[in-house]
Amino acid sequence: MIKKASEINETTPWQEMTLGGEIYEGGTSALFNTGDWRTMIPVYHPENCKHCMLCVPYCPDSSIPVVEGKREDFDFMHCKGCGICAKVCPFKAISLEKVGA
Amino acid sequence: MARKDRMSGNEAVAFAMKQINPDVMGAFPITPSTEIPQYFSTYVANGEVDTEFVAVESEHSAMSTCMAAQAAGGRAITATSSAGMALMWEMLYVTSSARLPVTMALVNRALTGPININNDHSDSMGARDSGWIQLYAETNQEAYDNFVQAMPIGENKEVRLPVMVCQDGFITSHAVENIELLEDETVKKFVGEYEPEHYLLKKENPLAVGPYDISNYYMEHKKQQAEAMKHAKPVILEVARRFEEISGRSYGFFEAFEMEDAEVALVLIGSSAGTAKETVKQLRREGKKVGLVKVRVFRPFPMEELAEALKVVKAVAVMDKAESFSACGGPLFAEVRSALYDLENRPKAINYVYGLGGRDICVEDFAMIYDQLFEIGRTGVAGEIYRHFGQREQEV
Repeated sequence: MIKKASEINETTPWQEMTLGGEIYEGGTSALFNTGDWRTMIPVYHPENCKHCMLCVPYCPDSSIPVVEGKREDFDFMHCKGCGICAKVCPFKAISLEKVGA
Repeated sequence: MARKDRMSGNEAVAFAMKQINPDVMGAFPITPSTEIPQYFSTYVANGEVDTEFVAVESEHSAMSTCMAAQAAGGRAITATSSAGMALMWEMLYVTSSARLPVTMALVNRALTGPININNDHSDSMGARDSGWIQLYAETNQEAYDNFVQAMPIGENKEVRLPVMVCQDGFITSHAVENIELLEDETVKKFVGEYEPEHYLLKKENPLAVGPYDISNYYMEHKKQQAEAMKHAKPVILEVARRFEEISGRSYGFFEAFEMEDAEVALVLIGSSAGTAKETVKQLRREGKKVGLVKVRVFRPFPMEELAEALKVVKAVAVMDKAESFSACGGPLFAEVRSALYDLENRPKAINYVYGLGGRDICVEDFAMIYDQLFEIGRTGVAGEIYRHFGQREQEV
């Protein structure tokens, strides 16, 4: 009986957990907030955006959602504020600012 | 038909590896285990095996290679010693906690410092809590035999733990002895195919290995590992039983030598047992009832079985070829004495730390220790419990 990660929770006894914590499906990190240690935050300026999508493959955290060929605002649950997107944007559609500024 | 040959302990283990023909070897050379990957690379170069030989830049990478290969669904092996295994430290834990049955040939050598390339058990004893099964050999034959048994033990579905096959650096690794080798086909059939249920290269089976395991889940996974170690005990005996069928050589958790009517006994690990057995034979000829227990399986630790074997004696000396700096005894002593605690009539137990960094021990030395045990048996006074043997002392 394979248990999926979504079927294991804080009431699961040790006998029913996967050995070594193996995970038998992909994409489980989408559920986990890894974006809470930013010091800088990218700000999206849609008025300048040409939707060239250059920022999308450069983002190391896949935190730029694309819907029907258009990019949307950042996924701040996973963005680490590295600023690569702002650096590669040719149209000043992304600026990097201090968190809370 | 088994064939006889003469081989060093290193060559014997490399030969077992060749007969097993694993998928990947990750290796970095370190004395005295260097010859193992050296022999094996020749087998690879000559096309005698179809193993992927990965020469890496450090032992940390060697173990990383092995665990990755095993997670991908292959059989992975490595060989190392001393500081080499110390550099693998982190990956030893990763491999065992990811439940990947990698097999390692460990050629025991002192762990720095000062720097020393000779034999003692500091390296493997330091890694005793890393979740690896540990088998120890007295002779080249045992090193070969243990390596052939390692994979069926570690890969058993109830176990799924990595296995360390230990032998004494230079003493067995470089000394050439007569050895009885099994036929290639026999070994191949005995070891069988590795058939993991889940592995990274199985495309219908998405898998993440070694995930982040926060406190809400970690304890459960450690309990699983602890249970796997318990499961390993019957599996080790079952594999030994099957091994006896193909080889005629029998193995257990330990070898009890002249223990039936022994009044005093030694407990030790590895090649020193050969010297100690010679002492037992000589003293037995003089009518002295001495025996010894040579531990083969240190992890899992055969606690009840050892207590049962030792309950007949009045006094026992536990010999540690590793100093654990607890200020009250070596690692083998701590566990053997703990095993004796449950006996109704406990023998007196003393500890000798000996043979560090290749310091020699001989028949006369063991005879002296047996004399001291008889004295303890007669008086019932153990005296100093934690002792060192073989070092120079200021005259008093």
